[in-house]
Amino acid sequence: MNVLVCVKRVPETGGRVTLSSDAREIDTRYLGFTVSPHEECATEEAVRLIEANGGSSTVLTLGPEAASDQLRAAMAIGIDRAILLETDGQDWDPVSTSVAIVDAIRAEAAAGVSYDLLLFGNEAADSGDFQVAIRVALALGLPCINGVKSLAVKDGVATARREAGGGWEVFEVPLPAVLAVREGINLPRYPSVPGRLRAKKKEIERSVPVARLVGAMGPAAGPEKIRLRLPAETEGRVEILGTGAEAAPAVVDLLERIGVLAR
Amino acid sequence: MIITFVEHDGGRADRSSLEALTFARRLASGLGDSLGAVLFGPEAAAAAAGLGAYGVTEAHLVDDSRLDAYAPAAWGRSLAGLVGTTSPAIVLAAGTDRGQEVLAYAAAMLDTPMAANCIEVRPGEPFEVTRQRWGGSLLEEARLDGAVRFLTIAEHATQPEEAVAPSTVRVAAFSPTLSEADLRVRVVARVAPEVGKVSLADARVVVGGGRGVGGAEAFSELEELAGLLHGAVGVSRVVTSAGWRPHSQQVGQTGTRIAPDIYIACGISGAIQHIVGCKAAKTILAINTDREAPIMSRAAYAVIGDLHSVVPALSAEIRRRQAS
Ligand SMILES: Cc1cc2nc3c(=O)[nH]c(=O)nc-3n(C[C@H](O)[C@H](O)[C@H](O)COP(=O)(O)OP(=O)(O)OC[C@H]3O[C@@H](n4cnc5c(N)ncnc54)[C@H](O)[C@@H]3O)c2cc1C
Ligand SMILES: Nc1ncnc2c1ncn2[C@@H]1O[C@H](COP(=O)(O)O)[C@@H](O)[C@H]1O
Repeated sequence: MNVLVCVKRVPETGGRVTLSSDAREIDTRYLGFTVSPHEECATEEAVRLIEANGGSSTVLTLGPEAASDQLRAAMAIGIDRAILLETDGQDWDPVSTSVAIVDAIRAEAAAGVSYDLLLFGNEAADSGDFQVAIRVALALGLPCINGVKSLAVKDGVATARREAGGGWEVFEVPLPAVLAVREGINLPRYPSVPGRLRAKKKEIERSVPVARLVGAMGPAAGPEKIRLRLPAETEGRVEILGTGAEAAPAVVDLLERIGVLAR
Repeated sequence: MIITFVEHDGGRADRSSLEALTFARRLASGLGDSLGAVLFGPEAAAAAAGLGAYGVTEAHLVDDSRLDAYAPAAWGRSLAGLVGTTSPAIVLAAGTDRGQEVLAYAAAMLDTPMAANCIEVRPGEPFEVTRQRWGGSLLEEARLDGAVRFLTIAEHATQPEEAVAPSTVRVAAFSPTLSEADLRVRVVARVAPEVGKVSLADARVVVGGGRGVGGAEAFSELEELAGLLHGAVGVSRVVTSAGWRPHSQQVGQTGTRIAPDIYIACGISGAIQHIVGCKAAKTILAINTDREAPIMSRAAYAVIGDLHSVVPALSAEIRRRQAS
């Protein structure tokens, strides 16, 4: 079985976000980078599927050269191959991204590599477009299930469950298929030291994707980012009710005041 | 026309769809346009009847028993077909799982972009939207092209509001053209929610625990407090990643969004991805050893101190008052 997992490099923001001077990006001078937790789980799921069924796993990203770090992080937990579709670091919109991913998968097929499962995150951590997996699936004529939080693959059929209204919806599709997974489907492992060392030495397969869309001939791309802005925050001043256990009566008074403590 | 994809249950539109309809009606009235809706499922007619209150004049009921169970690609194909016959200027939906999904399919089938989780729309040429990124902790102003504009409306960003004057809903059946491929993905079974459990999303009180709780066992202190307040326990990602608690309890961008009367955040620093999950709480009370933790600028109230002494003291105080 062959599994492909798609991840996206994003800044690892903390308590407060600042923007670049042109307001088009997050100021990343003091930030590390990561991928969405959904994609970490997709990566872990790929490794588990190959451990259980044999075969090979591949991680793919469209992003700058620096996104090699995220590819190596995936290889460090057991992904076999890595593909970088190298950009100049500008954000690509979800339509253009999906076209580039489809092109890469077709190039793989032309080279004799076909995938039984294409795993995505349910949404990218930064842009949250909620569509790349669906666009890729449609272009390749594959079935797609989003929001997957539990997965079983047996005899060429994927049974996936997702949360709905406090319960679950169950889907079943034949492979090959596209699945967009959510954090919680598994608990990703931490990379081991030998795993990291192995990943460091591995080759990353690179190509430059062509943004071959937009305009009269091709489909419209977008949405096209103009600028970012921080939401208006109502930062009230915090009222300190006390220090340590002595604060308990003041807190319980508050609970009574707002009516959550039935007596 | 503006067409809104309306989700419904028990013959009534879901709250998030009413939010989207309210948003759509304002947009339509600004444009001097009419408001339409599209509904799926056996109870669509009942749900459509209630939409006049929200200004809907035209409801399209997708009429195909193969679509009674949710089938994302086939629902998307139906919507794309309806767009073909009705030529709306804008198609929108609530930013729910199904809303994002059905619109993404329809937009992709029509080779058109889609903007997810919008909070503002500035129609015109260029057509611009403001949309949420990072789960709502950052906003993006973007240009949206296409002969038909596809967008979803961020949940909880609009209050549902009925129209001043209700309209008469004209109902029309729509029979979609579907292929076998469209019908491959379908809900084949449903698992009902556990009965009697306070769900995190609906709880009036949530007691949150973060890295500061220190380990799986110490959560019993938080469980006790939550129990006394008939609430639920919520946690940060550090807690689920460490395996101390199941992911179903995670609050935040990649977890659950909560909106309780009070969120008692214990040993949680207040990272932006956590805050987007709890900022709808009416009141936030932080319990933290660090007076400077980012959560302090989001909380209305705080107790400075070790949660392992504060939380048991709270439970003891509640018991004492309940006994007296
Ligand atoms: C794309 C993305 C998505 C994410 N999604 C989520 C999400 O959905 N939910 C989420 O929670 N996080 C999410 N995160 C992670 C997030 O950025 C933070 O890492 C996480 O929320 C921090 O958890 P924490 O507050 O428990 O831990 P920390 O940041 O380590 O904070 C621990 C706090 O506990 C306090 N403390 C320590 N000991 C005690 C004590 N004895 N008593 C009282 N206070 C004490 C400390 O002062 C500190 O403030 C996401 C991250 C990324 C990049
Ligand atoms: N630049 C990218 N490179 C690789 N995969 C991506 C990229 N952008 C999005 N994806 C994948 O598509 C999923 C959904 O993204 P989106 O539709 O943008 O929210 C993500 O979780 C990733 O798995």
